[in-house]
Amino acid sequence: MGLFKAVKQALAGRVEPGRSLGRHGILVYANTSEVIRAEAALKEAGWLVSVKGPPPELRTGCDLVIEFPLVEELAILRLLDQAGLTPLQSAPVDGPLLRPVDLFQTVDYGRHLMIRAANMKLTVEKQSRRIVNVSGGGCPDVPYLAQEMIGKTLDEAPSPRQIGHTLCGYALQLAFEEMQRRC
Amino acid sequence: MLAVAGAIPWPELPVVEGLATLDGPRLLIDARPVAAVARGTAALLAAAVSASQALGGPPVMAHLVGDIGAGQGSRALYAHLARILPERQYAALVFHYLQPDVDWHGRVLLAVEQMRPRPLLIADAGFMYAAKMGGMAPSYDLFTPDAGELAFLADEAAPHPFYTRGFILHEEAQAPALIARAHAHGNAARHLLVKGRKDYLASGPEAIEALPGPDCPVLECVGGTGDTLTGLAAALLAAGQPMARAARLAALTNRLAGQLANPTPASQIGEIIARIPAALALALRQIPA
Repeated sequence: MGLFKAVKQALAGRVEPGRSLGRHGILVYANTSEVIRAEAALKEAGWLVSVKGPPPELRTGCDLVIEFPLVEELAILRLLDQAGLTPLQSAPVDGPLLRPVDLFQTVDYGRHLMIRAANMKLTVEKQSRRIVNVSGGGCPDVPYLAQEMIGKTLDEAPSPRQIGHTLCGYALQLAFEEMQRRC
Repeated sequence: MLAVAGAIPWPELPVVEGLATLDGPRLLIDARPVAAVARGTAALLAAAVSASQALGGPPVMAHLVGDIGAGQGSRALYAHLARILPERQYAALVFHYLQPDVDWHGRVLLAVEQMRPRPLLIADAGFMYAAKMGGMAPSYDLFTPDAGELAFLADEAAPHPFYTRGFILHEEAQAPALIARAHAHGNAARHLLVKGRKDYLASGPEAIEALPGPDCPVLECVGGTGDTLTGLAAALLAAGQPMARAARLAALTNRLAGQLANPTPASQIGEIIARIPAALALALRQIPA
């Protein structure tokens, strides 16, 4: 890890982005799958950004935006441009943004383990680490994600982050990561 | 006629419509196979077709499109529905897995308001999210949320279940309070059929009835049990059952079908759908007219 990145991560670990600096901004994209890719690119580069619900005036449906420290806007936009992930809009926000549900619920059925993240549930056979069910959710990538993931092990299955597009897909990614941590 | 609109995970599928039938594990539209009977709108349609046949009810018209979450298919179906619905006559109309989009939802609802007679309106999944977010929930006759989605309806600030605020707990025991809160903020349909550890029918903020049925906790793992509940309720309503009996029968049939399938956390929804005719016959005997 480069020195700049290490220092940036250390700083980011001490302060919540955008809060201690007084202002934060949001990056707006045309769809949730672009938000998810931009979040991954920024986190890979060491930025401690977070995914939130957009302010009411920007909501159109199944939306996410990326919250970032406004003072870092230029560097973040440059990185996103280089990654081919230029946002539709970058805007300062003053009001609080909605926080995603961050509680996990786990149910142990003996041979199987179910983890719920927000509105999505993932069930795995513990011994084989094979995904046996996906339930919950209402966005149109849920049946597709289930089709692509069920029957595969946690190592074989595509991650929802790779093939999902919506908030339900993002919630399933959280359950998937938690399942990988536990199994 | 009962009509169902939704997306299935076949991205190349354009907007199609036609009569839905079943051929074992395959869903047919106008006798052509379009999808495996898995979770989502295919499961809803399979349950509705199975129940309607058993009841001697009306045929089921499907309005489908392929969409794996990018939203283009959903928007094409929204546009199609906004164009064709004013000329259609349906007893009941179900909106299901579609990319939530408040603007398109509003246009489709305007088209529904031109239908004569106005069909019973049922919404679940993404379309229900858009109805709530657009402030139009009271225009619907029935929503069929699960426990988490009920918490979302109860949270007036949440645009999606993903953002349901932490103080609004997804606790099963909270269902009556959440129903009242959803009504208080205008975010409930006239009737709510809530699927959870215990199912509820709410016909207003206070007329809340816990519905009977066997408890199979492992069914929480099985994707599609909410879809089959919606399909059963829709088929019963389209066959002329009043709302209260349709909801009671749908909830009991769904639970009995699950029980008859002897489920495990790895069971798939097709195993449960196959038990619907037997389960419906049992439920009709337990809940007399």
